[in-house]
Amino acid sequence: MDEHGFSMAARVSGIGVVGPGADDWGAMRARLLSESGAALATTRIANPEGLPPVERRRVGRVVKLAMAAGMAACRDAGIAPSVPATVFASSGGDGENCHAICELLAGEDRRISPIRFHNSVNNAASGYWGIATGALSGSSVVSAFDGSFAVGLLEAFALVATEGAPVLLVTYDHPYPSPLAESRPLGPAFGMGLLLQPLDAGAGPVLRLIGLADTPADRLSDPALEALRQAVPAARCLPLLSVLARRAAARVALDYLNGQCLVVEVAP
Amino acid sequence: MTIDKEGRIHRTAAQPDDPKDDCLNRIAVTKYTLTTCLGRGVAAHRDALVAGRCGLAPCRFEDVDLETWVGEVEGLDAPNPSPDRRAHTCRNNRLAELALGQDGFLDAARQAVGRYGASRVAVYLGTSTSGILDTELAYRVRDAASGGLPAWFDYRSSHSISSLAEHVGRLVGATGPLGVISTACSSSAKAFATAARQIACGLIDAAVVGGVDTLCLTTLYGFNSLELLARGPCRPFDRERAGLSIGEAAGYALLERAARTDLWLTGYGESSDAHHMSTPHPEGRGALQAMDAALARAGLQASAIDYINLHGTATPSNDTAEGRAVAQRFGARVPASSTKGATGHTLGAAGGVEAVICLIALHEGLIPGCVGMTEADPSIQIGLDALARPAPLRNVLNNSLGFGGTNCSLVFSREDEVSAHG
Repeated sequence: MDEHGFSMAARVSGIGVVGPGADDWGAMRARLLSESGAALATTRIANPEGLPPVERRRVGRVVKLAMAAGMAACRDAGIAPSVPATVFASSGGDGENCHAICELLAGEDRRISPIRFHNSVNNAASGYWGIATGALSGSSVVSAFDGSFAVGLLEAFALVATEGAPVLLVTYDHPYPSPLAESRPLGPAFGMGLLLQPLDAGAGPVLRLIGLADTPADRLSDPALEALRQAVPAARCLPLLSVLARRAAARVALDYLNGQCLVVEVAP
Repeated sequence: MTIDKEGRIHRTAAQPDDPKDDCLNRIAVTKYTLTTCLGRGVAAHRDALVAGRCGLAPCRFEDVDLETWVGEVEGLDAPNPSPDRRAHTCRNNRLAELALGQDGFLDAARQAVGRYGASRVAVYLGTSTSGILDTELAYRVRDAASGGLPAWFDYRSSHSISSLAEHVGRLVGATGPLGVISTACSSSAKAFATAARQIACGLIDAAVVGGVDTLCLTTLYGFNSLELLARGPCRPFDRERAGLSIGEAAGYALLERAARTDLWLTGYGESSDAHHMSTPHPEGRGALQAMDAALARAGLQASAIDYINLHGTATPSNDTAEGRAVAQRFGARVPASSTKGATGHTLGAAGGVEAVICLIALHEGLIPGCVGMTEADPSIQIGLDALARPAPLRNVLNNSLGFGGTNCSLVFSREDEVSAHG
């Protein structure tokens, strides 16, 4: 991918995690280092900061998950959440909201609530993020089934390279209710925010995109975390977080689509 | 270029960036096509635009009991899903495939795959509702005992938001980056920006971009609940406008790093309103920011724009807010129209469809009219005209604005006999 002489590299200046057994990046880092294999506690999703009370009552759990992960990454980086451009990457939308709309549309009275309808857009997290933070810059919302994190990373790197400014990538997935869950089983709610900066911006580990390759994705030795990685598209970022937790230099192969991986080089 | 204390980049249109300072060059547009209620392919749309034809008709879609008009594409109805039918045939992917076959687009995309290698060609497409119609129909026939969905329901090939890109990627044979951009009504315009960024950075050499959206109950009843549906055909920028008409459509373009062509994507600009989920900023702040960013990236002054294809949904609030933003930057001098009176609002496909209309306009030297407008809203002081007319065009701007306050503007330019920067 660097054959045209562009340095597709970016610096990690903040990480946020909201997932099972980890309310923040500190807890997830400790867990990644311990490799305890212990069962993971249920994900706890905080109420979003910054939203006016009326809006806060309107948002679904998926949006709360994405906002909490993004806010935590900005806090970790010491950057105001209104500053970075944003990339939201998830494999699907708000399953609970979609379920409610489809139930209603299958019935006699099809009057959808206006809030349910505007919450049904796939960029709901991006929209509420703007309302909560006042961020005016562009916001990308990308999806590539189980490869959504990798395609989000590509978009975030391209934004860092073309804008020369900080970019917040948020990847997140929330399980669907039944009966959608039977058609699209997803593991526990998981969200991760990654604040990326151009290389000349301060300290922090450097990530370099190497390319898409037909290699198997890296796995985690902790069986509970490996199960999480496999069960949730957003958790396909865990091998990257594992290397970042160890402050090691390494190449990481992250799940993309159709048997391909996105290979990323990490320099601590 | 300046960077303020919050880290935002400000460019001025008068001083285009040094190319070394910004890894964007112009992106070649080598093929394009669209299918809407006006017909299939470029020629049908050129003729319809010249004639100012409206493709909308009273809604007879499924069992919808709303008094509204829609822009329905003929030939998409397939038998109801049954257990023995193969997947990958949701309405959205049927339209995706039908449109891909027009104007030799699929062949051109496959040739690009052959020329650059499959891994160097990306597929970035926009949709807002993907194949949700399958889910809506499946919920009507849930198992009485278990509540389960019927066996024919296939999530990944229909409801899944990335189903469209997976389907088109398979048909084209591309194995490069693939994804769906889903930001409501700016989705497929933003697909152009995503691909342009990745071409500029050397991640890919070519990309199939655009978008597809099809009729479903969620959007028809949803816009109805917001009281945004017109009862008759929509009338963008008319003083009597009373809401939008939903359409379905597909629009595609093939973007390449370097090619002989006369049509170029020269600028894109994206912004967020940070205001409200379903109401635009009243002054069109985000729309203005997106237009300015697109002009700056193209290195053009506002005076260099020869035509603006407006978002123009025909809702009172959209047209007023967008009109304010356009008036502030362009005044009434630049010809401007919304083509949604002809095609309906094709939601996640609108950016792609209207980008292709801009390319047709550039190629043909045609300013499309504001179909459906009989008397322009006197409070909106921009260059509206109901009728199409011929004019030599050099640079055109396309606006796409969506729920969640997402905005994207694109600039396309015509420049004959010039090859792209390598």
